[in-house]
Amino acid sequence: MVICTMENNSLVAKGVKYVSHARLKVLGVPELVSVDVGSGTKTVVIDGNEVNMNDIQFDTPITGTVFGTLMNFKGVLEGLAEAVHNKPYLSPPIAPVLYIKPANTFNRYGEGIPMPEGISQLEMGAALGIVIGKKAVAVNEQTALDYVAGFTIVNDVSIPHESIYRPAVQQKARDGFCPIGPWIVDRQAVSNPDDLPIRVYINDELRQENSTKNLIRPVARLLADVTEFMTLNPGDVLLVGVPEEAPQAKLGDKVRIEIAGIGILENVIVDEKTFIRRGTK
Amino acid sequence: MRTARISYGGAIHEAFEWEGRLKLDDGRIVEEKDVVWLTPIVPRTVFALGLNYADHAAELAFDAPSEPLVFLKGPNTFIGHQSTTRRPADVSYMHYECELAVIIGKTARNVKKENAYKYIKGYSVANDYAIRDYLENYYRPNLRVKNRDTCTPFGPWLVDAADVADPMDLKLTTHVNNELVQQGTTKDMVFDIPTLIEYLSSFMTLSENDVILTGTPKGSVDTAVGDVVVTEVQGIGRLVNTIIGDESFTNR
Repeated sequence: MVICTMENNSLVAKGVKYVSHARLKVLGVPELVSVDVGSGTKTVVIDGNEVNMNDIQFDTPITGTVFGTLMNFKGVLEGLAEAVHNKPYLSPPIAPVLYIKPANTFNRYGEGIPMPEGISQLEMGAALGIVIGKKAVAVNEQTALDYVAGFTIVNDVSIPHESIYRPAVQQKARDGFCPIGPWIVDRQAVSNPDDLPIRVYINDELRQENSTKNLIRPVARLLADVTEFMTLNPGDVLLVGVPEEAPQAKLGDKVRIEIAGIGILENVIVDEKTFIRRGTK
Repeated sequence: MRTARISYGGAIHEAFEWEGRLKLDDGRIVEEKDVVWLTPIVPRTVFALGLNYADHAAELAFDAPSEPLVFLKGPNTFIGHQSTTRRPADVSYMHYECELAVIIGKTARNVKKENAYKYIKGYSVANDYAIRDYLENYYRPNLRVKNRDTCTPFGPWLVDAADVADPMDLKLTTHVNNELVQQGTTKDMVFDIPTLIEYLSSFMTLSENDVILTGTPKGSVDTAVGDVVVTEVQGIGRLVNTIIGDESFTNR
C-alpha cells in the first residue's frame, strides 16, 4: 500500500499530485466510485490507496443517451470549403448538427473496438464528452456549466464516410463503436473546458493534435443551442465534436486518446468475431 | 392482448383493455379518462424511417431510397397518448406522421428476413412530427427537426405480435379536428418490416424494447395550435394528441 498525504489541499502519493476528483465505474459494481486522478499518470487513488489503472476493470461510466455533434471544429468546416454551398448541402449549417450513439455502441476503457467484416480502416473520433448532471431545458450560456456534472473522453468511432447528407447510422452505430471513459472528471476540476489539448496516438505514434480552443460553439454555447430544442437529462453525454483529419486505425492497432486534464482512453482494434459485448445495457 | 403503461393514483401501473375501461395490474378497474397515459414501453434505441412510402417520397419530391433511410431518436422526444405537443411560434410548416411502431422482443443480430417476425414483441402507433422549417442538409433529417421535446407521441397500446395477423396489411389514417387528412396502408412500405429487421441487425445488435418507426404515407398537412391530431393504425390503436403553443412554456 502506498501512503497518501494531503499537501496544500491536494492528495500526494509517491510524490505525484492527484489534482482532480473523478468518478469511475468498475465492472460489476452498480455505483460509481469516487477517485482522485493525477495528470499523466496511470494510477488513481481510491480510498487513500494508490491503484494502477491496469488493475481496474473499467466499465462505461455513462447511463444516459450519447449525442454527438457534427462539424463543431473550425477546421472541419474549413475543410469542407466550398462544398457547403454546393449540392446536396446548398448552405452552411445554421443549428448544431447532432446524432445519437445508441446503447449498443457503448464500450469501455481497455476493451476491443470491433472491426466489421469487409472494412479495413476505422476513423478514431476523439471527443470531449460533456456529462450532464442536472436536467437541462433551454439553459442560457451564462449558467450552462451549472448543468454539467463533469467531463469524459469518448472515441466516436466511425466507418469512414464522405457524404454527411444523410444520417450515418450504418457508419456510426455499430456495436462497440463508442468507448467512453475511463472516468468522469468533476466539472470543478476543469478550469476551462474550452482550452483542452487533444492528442490521438496510434501504436504510440502521435497522429492528431488539436484543442477545444478551436470549437465553433464552445461548451456553454453548445449546451444552450442544443437544449433550446432538446432536453438533456442527468447521465446524458453531449460530445463537443471531433477535430478535423481524424486518424484511421486498422486491425490490431492500439489507440490512445489523451485530453489534457481529463485522462487517457485506450482501446485496441479487434476482429468483430472476437468482440463480446458485456458490461452495461 | 393490449397493454398500456399508465399513471394512476400517484404510481405507474401496467394496464389492460377492459370493456372500454382499464384494468390495472393490481386488479383495480378505472376509467380511461382518469389515468395519465405513458408510452407503452420505455423505449431503448429508436429507429425511424424516412421516405419509406413511395407516395410520401414523391410528395416531398424525392425518389424512394435504394437502401433504408434510417435516423435515431432520443428518449426526450417521446410522450404518451392524450398528451400535448409544442409548436414553436416561429415555424410555418409542422406536420404529423402516422406510423406503425414495431417493438423488438429479444436480442437480434444478423437475422434473416424469413425469421424476422420471431424477434418482434408487438406493435404500437407513433406520430413522428416534423418541423420542416428546421430542415438542413446535414445528417438530414436532423435532431432539431425530429428529436424535439414532446414531438413523438407514442401509444396508447402495446399490441402483442401474436394478435396481429398481418402487420403488412394495416390501414393508417390521420384525422385533424375530425377531418381525414392522411391515409395509406402498410402494404405500401418501400422496405417491409422483415427487410428492416434484416437490414438493421446486419450491422448492429438490436435488443428488447428497441423500436422501429416504419415511416409514413402521403398526406402531410401543416397543423396549428389547438388542433387535435389523431393518428390511427387499424387494429393497433388510436393515438390522440393536441398541439399547443409557446405561451404554455413560461420559462422561455
